[in-house]
Amino acid sequence: MNTFRDTLWAGIAGMCFCALCHAAGPAGKAGFEAPPPEWLSAYDLFADLARQIPSDGVMPYDLSALLFSDYAVKHRFVWMPPGTSATYQDYDVFEFPVGTILVKTFAFPRDARRPEEGEQLVETRLLVRTKATWKMYPYVWNEQGTDARLALAGARVPVRWVHTDGAVRSMQFNVPNVNQCKHCHIGGGAPLPAGPKARYLNMDYAYPAGAENQLVYWIRTGRLTGLADPATAPKAPDWDDPNSGTLDERARTYLDINCAHCHSPGGLAYTSGLDLRFDQTTPMRYGVLKSPVAAGRGASIGQYDIVPGDPDKSILLYRLTTTDPGVRMPTVGRSLEHDEGVELIREWIADMAAPKQTN
Amino acid sequence: MDTYAHEWERHELLGESTLAELAESVIFREQASIQPSHDDLTCVAGGPYDGTKQGRTIQMRMTTWAGLILVLGTTMGCTPAPDASPSPAQKESEPAPAASPTTDAPNTILAPAPATPPSSAKTTVIPPGLDVQTAVQEALILAEPGSIVQLEEGTYEFQLGLSLDIDGVIVRGRGIDKTVLNFQGQEAGSEGLFVTSKNVVLEDFAVVDTKGNGIKTQGSENIVIRRVRAEWTGGPKETNGAYGIYPVSSVNVLVEDCVAIGGSDSGIYVGQSKNVIVRNCRVEFNVAGIEIENCHGADVYGCTATNNTGGILVFDLPDLPQQKGHDIRLLDNAVFANNTPNFAPTGNIVATVPTGTGVMVMANSNVEIFNNEIRGHETANMLIVSYQSTLLEIKDPDYYPYAEAIHIHHNTFGVCGNKPGGERGGLIAAIAGSPLPDIVWDGIVNEARLVDGKLPPESRIYIRDNKDTEGEVTFVSIGGAAILPNPAEAVVTRDLSEHVGELPAIEPVAIPGAAQ
Repeated sequence: MNTFRDTLWAGIAGMCFCALCHAAGPAGKAGFEAPPPEWLSAYDLFADLARQIPSDGVMPYDLSALLFSDYAVKHRFVWMPPGTSATYQDYDVFEFPVGTILVKTFAFPRDARRPEEGEQLVETRLLVRTKATWKMYPYVWNEQGTDARLALAGARVPVRWVHTDGAVRSMQFNVPNVNQCKHCHIGGGAPLPAGPKARYLNMDYAYPAGAENQLVYWIRTGRLTGLADPATAPKAPDWDDPNSGTLDERARTYLDINCAHCHSPGGLAYTSGLDLRFDQTTPMRYGVLKSPVAAGRGASIGQYDIVPGDPDKSILLYRLTTTDPGVRMPTVGRSLEHDEGVELIREWIADMAAPKQTN
Repeated sequence: MDTYAHEWERHELLGESTLAELAESVIFREQASIQPSHDDLTCVAGGPYDGTKQGRTIQMRMTTWAGLILVLGTTMGCTPAPDASPSPAQKESEPAPAASPTTDAPNTILAPAPATPPSSAKTTVIPPGLDVQTAVQEALILAEPGSIVQLEEGTYEFQLGLSLDIDGVIVRGRGIDKTVLNFQGQEAGSEGLFVTSKNVVLEDFAVVDTKGNGIKTQGSENIVIRRVRAEWTGGPKETNGAYGIYPVSSVNVLVEDCVAIGGSDSGIYVGQSKNVIVRNCRVEFNVAGIEIENCHGADVYGCTATNNTGGILVFDLPDLPQQKGHDIRLLDNAVFANNTPNFAPTGNIVATVPTGTGVMVMANSNVEIFNNEIRGHETANMLIVSYQSTLLEIKDPDYYPYAEAIHIHHNTFGVCGNKPGGERGGLIAAIAGSPLPDIVWDGIVNEARLVDGKLPPESRIYIRDNKDTEGEVTFVSIGGAAILPNPAEAVVTRDLSEHVGELPAIEPVAIPGAAQ
């Protein structure tokens, strides 16, 4: 059967990647300027690909913020060429050196209540820092979970898991195509990573040698420069932990990580004028009593993005709630409702003071 | 066969052994493809990229599945497309007025001309069939400047939105009614086709029944959309997507010989763009037929707008990166009987457009409207308003809400105003009486700019040399009634003498490579 499947995959390659069919890509992490290899394994990023055990020099990390992707679990890694380091920035994504590879694997636990039962690897996305720009490559895992293949046009992969509430869920996971990668990963008009910011990295990670703050660890191991005192770095509240910040801080954090890559100056959705970055301080700009623009059917439930005190009349919440492809937000990467996130935003809007009567 | 038996087992184990899901699994995981054969009756395995040995291997392996695949093919869009018959709307349309000297120049191609034609320029031909999703999207990703992505006659079924981000690509079909990109089964993507690159030509195909917008281009330069139809085939419905053809934040936009039907916002909507030509298009059964919003320099001519809620709108809205819409010309258009009840979702600005509006100008400066035929509107043939009359609060300090320097001349008006629509139409009728005249102005002016009670001459509204097939050209200013605490106190005037005069002609929009 494996032989047949290999034939099949080869056939797929022949049919789909004829113009980019590199029988064996430039092996190893150093080949970053070349066209992307066909298989993820060619990058040599993992000591054990299937178990997501990174190679030496490939550093695992995590973010305190959740970019909701249909309940996928994410494994993140970063590789920087030896002797190079990222440059710290207070708010923006760190400046990474040419040659950096950011790795994000999307997986679904067989049973979200029992992680030890393993998971189905679905997709590994690479962001590769070339001299000119960040390149983005989606790799789709084979069914055996042994390797992942470049899928420039994206893919749909059936997934199924037992959710935290014990219910069985199944869906078609949409692997974005390379164009869609750019839709989210854009900053000031140029492709950019979204997650590795100080405020989201500023938390402990369980390294093999023990838990340590990630910023401290990166600095100690020579992967981060430009931050003298990690204690001064900003720290985002955990959207899901009421003890970590106010309701407003947590909701704004959730919108920042899930929406601001498009809804910010230079972002793809800025044609609407909505700015959902955490540091936007003008309520109208982040949606309070802001009229929608080009919202289409998204505007079917009300006049404003956010109506203080009235979540059900708030277009922003509606678009997070619905799964209608023509209405839902984000437009890429979500096809299910994120129940917990929606609940947070609902609570946040309900808690806002109703607008003063102006007359 | 073993492997497929295994597939069955796997799905049964998962409790997902429905035919459709299995088919989906086969189609998307194994990339099997089916397309109509020449006699259009049977389906054979074989996809767009079947030229490789591996591809043939799969086809041979798949033959034992022919029976199932035949069934699937039939249920999943493999049947030949019905003859592209014109929609009822199309049949009922009246022809556009004879092209004026402005519009009858040959439409030269605005070529996506790179400085030197790349030697690697290629044409990728993709016939309709199964898994066109992957085939077309991949062609759009692997294209190079100068590439042509050629779609053939027939119906293409898509489940996901398509996107193009390579400069200098032509996406070409075999005709506005012959090559149909059908998104009825769309599961993701807020557009049918989304273009973010420059020097792109889209021509000779249709995009139908998308869940969101039909075709969107953003941040593009030198974009040509030609002989393209964007349609929701179920007629005007609130559940239709918003915009049929939707260039936004683009420069040098040419939309010509296009058709847009059924948009729950606008058929053709050009937003926040510079240097725009929309010409010789037909828009029907949209809320707004054509909307030019927050644009700097736009010409709309030779178009037919009928059976929309409002025919052609020229709007400017606050809180947006590009504002102060100006230098807009509407000429040689046929705008008639736009009386379809407003079906826009409630929060959209076009939901405020009264049913039965011909041309509506809001908050733009330097607008020239001439040589149009505008008639048969239940509310008014022409509405000129400031943003304040929407009664929406203005929080944007940089926004200029007034309609100024509007020049209306040499138009032919016809009957209108017998059944003013919507809240706004009702308000206007309550002030101005019924039937409403050809041209209704909300009478709101920037009082800070008044000198001796009047705007400077270059900022006024001028109405001259128009005619009305029913008699006199009629006009009313409702004196700012919309924003007065007591609208009944508004000073209503029907006197056109205040509007005698003219403004210099606005320069035509010039797009490099496009015929004037």
